Amino acid sequence: MESFTPLTAALGGSLIGLAAAVLWLGNGRIAGISGIFGQLLPPAQTVVWRLIFLAALVAGAWATSRLFPELGVGGVQPAALVPPPAAWGVPPPVWLIVAGLLIGFGTKIGNGCTSGHGVCGLARLSLRSLVAVAVFFGVAIITVTVTGIV
Amino acid sequence: MANLRPPYLATAALSGLLFGAGLYVSQMVDPLKVLRFLDFTAIPSGGWDPSLAFVIVPAILVMFIAVRIGRRRSAPLFDREFHEPEYKRIDTRLVGGAALFGVGWGMSGICPGPAIALIAFPPDGIWLFLAALIAGSYAGSLIVPSGHSKRLADAK
Repeated sequence: MESFTPLTAALGGSLIGLAAAVLWLGNGRIAGISGIFGQLLPPAQTVVWRLIFLAALVAGAWATSRLFPELGVGGVQPAALVPPPAAWGVPPPVWLIVAGLLIGFGTKIGNGCTSGHGVCGLARLSLRSLVAVAVFFGVAIITVTVTGIV
Repeated sequence: MANLRPPYLATAALSGLLFGAGLYVSQMVDPLKVLRFLDFTAIPSGGWDPSLAFVIVPAILVMFIAVRIGRRRSAPLFDREFHEPEYKRIDTRLVGGAALFGVGWGMSGICPGPAIALIAFPPDGIWLFLAALIAGSYAGSLIVPSGHSKRLADAK
């Protein structure tokens, strides 16, 4: 259990909640990353704030990693992607492409991801989001079990 | 255009900064950390990492308070209306989309927020992953138009 980090998790979660609160009470927008990101693609209408939000998201992660490396995973290169399970014999780029396509397509047709349905939707007491969250958490847990990726 | 005024854009920037900081501090940017949370097979051996439950619960609580405050106001500070999601129905698209997302999330440990935050310290493979994410999202928008593009079509 040495990897259990409840304090930084709760601090980070509170910051994510605060980010969603600022965007909702300031601009009346849902801080759902797949939506903010996906609606940059044609036929996009409101591009500027979405680009600024996403650029600031990258800047926020970068600045925090430099200023407070001990709070997160640490260092300049804090996270690596996880290789596919060896037993499956799938080349890593193929695995990554399939995962990326499924995430992009699924969040688009399901109208949300972990932030839009998970944080904002549940906070709005949306039954639709509750169903989405139960399905994507359930399926992700099954996927990790079946693939044995960890 | 309300959405080009400096306070509106500054609010988007502040929200993005806080979001990115939260993703780093909570370690959501580490795909292995996310997969260790999703790996319930490790529960019997005591190797399960429940940290991510401690991310989403406070996030929901803070946003829940903001939603309550918002309900007492007719509009947000810098726009004319709260943009509530249009879709209310629980249908095949919602469930199917969430299921496909779940498979991709379980394969990679990366959901869309961390995918973008990882640009800050790009690991090998992230650009390929992001390209696939964009292609998948675009394919989805062709097959089932979002509320946004439906509104655009209505306006024509």
